[in-house]
Amino acid sequence: MRPYLAIVSARTRMLLQYRAAAIAGFGTQLFWGWIRVAIFTAFFQSGGAAQPMTLTDTITYLWLTQALLLLLPFRIDAEMQAMVRDGSVAYELTRPADLYWYWFSRQLAARVAPTILRAGPLMLAAGILFGMQPPASWLAAGLFLLGFLCALMLSTAITTLMAISLLWTTTGDGLARLLSLVAQFLSGSYVPILLFPDWSQPILAVLPFRGIMDTPFRLYLGTLAGPEAACAMLHQLLWASLLVLLGRAILARGVTRMVVQGG
Amino acid sequence: MAAITVENLVKTYTVAERRPGTWGALTSLAHRRQREVHALAGVSFSIQPGELVGYIGPNGAGKSTTVKILSGILVPSGGSATVLGRVPWEQRIAHVAQIGVVFGQRTQLWWDLPVTESFDLLREIYRVPPDQYRRTRDELVDIMNLAGLLDTPVRQLSLGQRMRCDLAAALLHRPQILFLDEPTIGLDAVAKLAVRDLVRRLNREQGLTVILTTHDMDDIESLCTRVILINEGRILLDGTLEHMRQMVTTERRMAIILADEATWIEVEDAQVLHRDGLRLTLSFDPERISAAQLIGDISSRYAIRDLYVENAPIEEIVAQIYMDRTA
Repeated sequence: MRPYLAIVSARTRMLLQYRAAAIAGFGTQLFWGWIRVAIFTAFFQSGGAAQPMTLTDTITYLWLTQALLLLLPFRIDAEMQAMVRDGSVAYELTRPADLYWYWFSRQLAARVAPTILRAGPLMLAAGILFGMQPPASWLAAGLFLLGFLCALMLSTAITTLMAISLLWTTTGDGLARLLSLVAQFLSGSYVPILLFPDWSQPILAVLPFRGIMDTPFRLYLGTLAGPEAACAMLHQLLWASLLVLLGRAILARGVTRMVVQGG
Repeated sequence: MAAITVENLVKTYTVAERRPGTWGALTSLAHRRQREVHALAGVSFSIQPGELVGYIGPNGAGKSTTVKILSGILVPSGGSATVLGRVPWEQRIAHVAQIGVVFGQRTQLWWDLPVTESFDLLREIYRVPPDQYRRTRDELVDIMNLAGLLDTPVRQLSLGQRMRCDLAAALLHRPQILFLDEPTIGLDAVAKLAVRDLVRRLNREQGLTVILTTHDMDDIESLCTRVILINEGRILLDGTLEHMRQMVTTERRMAIILADEATWIEVEDAQVLHRDGLRLTLSFDPERISAAQLIGDISSRYAIRDLYVENAPIEEIVAQIYMDRTA
């Protein structure tokens, strides 16, 4: 475990230095959050039919998506992308560490650092200024933390998969953009999953993406509790394990056909 | 037991070829033409512990491919290799813990971190016990004169400084074998000398086995007792520098500084290669006339101020071998 933890902490410390980006991100997220809340409020007030979520819950949910946006498998660790392009990735293979977990650690840092930089201040600001509610109960808060950790694993497993694809495509932008777009939409970061059409619910329930956002957020709201909560977290962990296994299998193939760029 | 044994190693790459031009790009979308490139076409050698071996050849000869296979990065298409009793690509993790690698064109340090933090991170990755790590690090800092650099972020180091740090980074876990892939590339004269000196000391004093690839023949001349010359994936020569010289030519050279401008030298057994003011270069075959004889001959007949005998520059010899073999 030691080498991997060392990588996570070093990369996280490194990424925490990007304060300007965090401040700019904070401003943008706050502004977007405010607009999204306004839009959803308008929908709720003009739409006649009863919605599966209350407006108060929706507002809190929206702010959670804003605060934890960077938890989504957005982009691959920039350092890794550069390494594959210029061939320094060769050094990665000369380390006495399991390559999969080594790269997983890098991606984990790339998820954790920007998320913790932004989440705290944004939740605080949204709570004070824009009507974001605290967790439904202490239990909900605890479950949310657990669900958040599972979401982190799930999202990192997806990012690692994208990173491994670099061994085939070199730049990796294409797959990363496509996957992150799909993940953003199907995780509930645009529109809460419960507000999606009924016919799509069974599909969304099976796909892994809701585990990244919808599951922890509903745990926070307390609308997912008891056996349902356990099921949702099992869904997260199952997908995370599956994606780890898939990543390992693909990596094992990738390494045997690797070409180091630039001689 | 040999530190490294390589037998009939083969590495083939499949390269997708694109025909030139827009039309070529479009047709390549529908139909990929593939070509096989033989980076290594059956390479065999063995290296004893404590040897310092120069592995040379023109660009694209297969040097880096060999180093990358032996350091566990690439998987060969055929043949076998053992390093310290292990097959690098089968027991990668156990294998890489015993070796150090430096690629001159890249750095293994973390670009944004101070050097010392990169070192600490490497300690964690290699699981080096803390007190052993401290001893090794202090020793390396001392040998490589890094004390003033440790707190500098890597991106702010000059290339020469960075290379010294990279060398230290490759040795923190006390490897038994060091692979150096063009360690002096792009360095200025002083930095090159420093790197050479370090490599020589590590080899002589600590018995480190070193495999060095380079295009800089001075590296080879000043460091290596043994040279493996490779071209187009095959070994052309495996032996001493002297051996390599003899393969091409037995020719020796004599440089003479004349006492005055007007003298014109003519000697039977030597040819004048070129003349530049007072400086004259002769070429002779030591089997026909010994250096001593030639010196006696010339100094008895002409007024000369200085003279010295030299070998044909190793660059020329290597260039000659490359050309002979590709022609």
